[in-house]
Amino acid sequence: MLWANNIYFYYKKSDDENSEKGIALKGVNLNIKKGEFVVIIGHNGSGKSTLAKHYNAILIPSSGDVIVDGMNTKDGSKLWNIRQKAGMVFQNPDNQIVATIVEEDVAFGPENLGIPPEKIRKRVDESLSAVNMLDYAHHGPHLLSGGQKQRVAIAGVLAMRPECIILDEPTAMLDPSGRREVIDTIKRLNKEEGITIVLITHFMEEAVEADRVVVMEEGKVVLEGSPRDVFSKVEEIKRLGLDVPEMTELAFELRKSNINIREDILTIEEMVDEICRLK
Amino acid sequence: MSIKIENLVYKYMTGTPFEKTAIDDVSLEIKDGEFIGLIGHTGSGKSTLIQQLNGLLKPTSGKIYIDGEDITVKGINLKKIRQKVGLVFQYPEYQLFEETVFKDVAFGPQNLGLSDDEILKRVKRALKIVGIDFEKYKDKSPFDLSGGQRRRIAIAGILAMEPKILILDEPTAGLDPKGRDEILEEIRKLHKEYNNTVILVSHSMEDVAKLVDRLIVMYKGKNILTGTPREVFKEIETLEKIGLAVPQVTYLIRELRKRGIDIREDIITVKEAQEEIVRLLRRDKK
Repeated sequence: MLWANNIYFYYKKSDDENSEKGIALKGVNLNIKKGEFVVIIGHNGSGKSTLAKHYNAILIPSSGDVIVDGMNTKDGSKLWNIRQKAGMVFQNPDNQIVATIVEEDVAFGPENLGIPPEKIRKRVDESLSAVNMLDYAHHGPHLLSGGQKQRVAIAGVLAMRPECIILDEPTAMLDPSGRREVIDTIKRLNKEEGITIVLITHFMEEAVEADRVVVMEEGKVVLEGSPRDVFSKVEEIKRLGLDVPEMTELAFELRKSNINIREDILTIEEMVDEICRLK
Repeated sequence: MSIKIENLVYKYMTGTPFEKTAIDDVSLEIKDGEFIGLIGHTGSGKSTLIQQLNGLLKPTSGKIYIDGEDITVKGINLKKIRQKVGLVFQYPEYQLFEETVFKDVAFGPQNLGLSDDEILKRVKRALKIVGIDFEKYKDKSPFDLSGGQRRRIAIAGILAMEPKILILDEPTAGLDPKGRDEILEEIRKLHKEYNNTVILVSHSMEDVAKLVDRLIVMYKGKNILTGTPREVFKEIETLEKIGLAVPQVTYLIRELRKRGIDIREDIITVKEAQEEIVRLLRRDKK
């Protein structure tokens, strides 16, 4: 579905012609299968957002290829098809909402695709109900909570009928319940609608339920695998300036105290089971 | 420096059909040197509350005393208040504007009319606190730095004012775990060293559990709960009902107790959980 083949990305550090070039991606290979739920983690500046922006042709690789559902992002004529296949949601909900009424905001994308009005109506209603926001269709977006705004932003992407949604830290600005709403919505879209999800996050708890976790460092993929495989490497993850889920951390600390507990625990339920077993 | 709030009310768009009460009769007291965590879901009134503490917003009614002085009276010297009460907004890095790191951090103290020597001393001290190397960065443009570094420089700009009360609105939002831990550690050290009053607005229950002396919980413009993190996080049902949560380990302990395991109820950090579980398992072995 999304295919990054040995991509490099250089950027100029300032507008000055002769300024030194920065390098944000150094040979990334990362293929994401249809229907997969992939979480990308990495510290600030590790290249994860740069990579994400390559998957819907906001950025074009300096070398290497990004193929979205068979289309190379370098092919300018395919730009709109690519953006329609792979939609993107950003961190700040306030920067993504363009209209003054929720349903008009969701209709913005399909309108630009030139879809007939009656079909737009249907798409808007379906998208809003997929994120549980149909009741707010006639509200002003500024009166919504952060989690609700992000769900409207997701609905706006859904109305384009994408096969893949890329979310760049969609929960960074939200309170705990808003975070929950957004993550539950993402998971449901993945499980029930089969939409491919690429989620960038700093919250390790959100990575626990992914099919695959990808760790980036200095423009490269340095670790990759199931959440259980990746997070059981506690020391390596910490060396990269990242965290593991709190339960994995607790298991790690308990092992240091000579408690013979499984090291690949991810969730509260697993921790409870382990402690009951050891008791 | 202490803060005392009496029957504070703040209404938006008063006299219009859109009138909304953002702060609804809040009374509270914060003692000199206290480290306070302010939590509440988006829209609960946290930001509206803190913006009144340095006179950015004027209350509709009620009183605010900073160090015994009522700051809600007419003709109050706001400059003096803002020197005492430093407010770091969300995403403060977007407020950087100067050509160099030095000029940006020096902007506040310069406006206080301090001598050049004093300004230099303060800028150095503030950058040191936030872990930015003065010599290496003073002449760099803030816009060439990473997001985490820019955030620190913005915080240093407030610290250089040497406020007796420091208020931070989600200082770690959007930072990676390492950046988050570093900034929180710097705030903790600063508080320990200078014993200033700190108010930390946060959405991370894990962070406030580790750091603060006391939590103030806001809901619909009211202060509905206050106490030590240990006391507040016992109220799992109340907190969940108002869109908040408790630390992961607190949920773990609740689940263990449900399974009939006899473990202390009031655990809020990973370290405490580790100690208690070790004790529990060793006790059973004996």
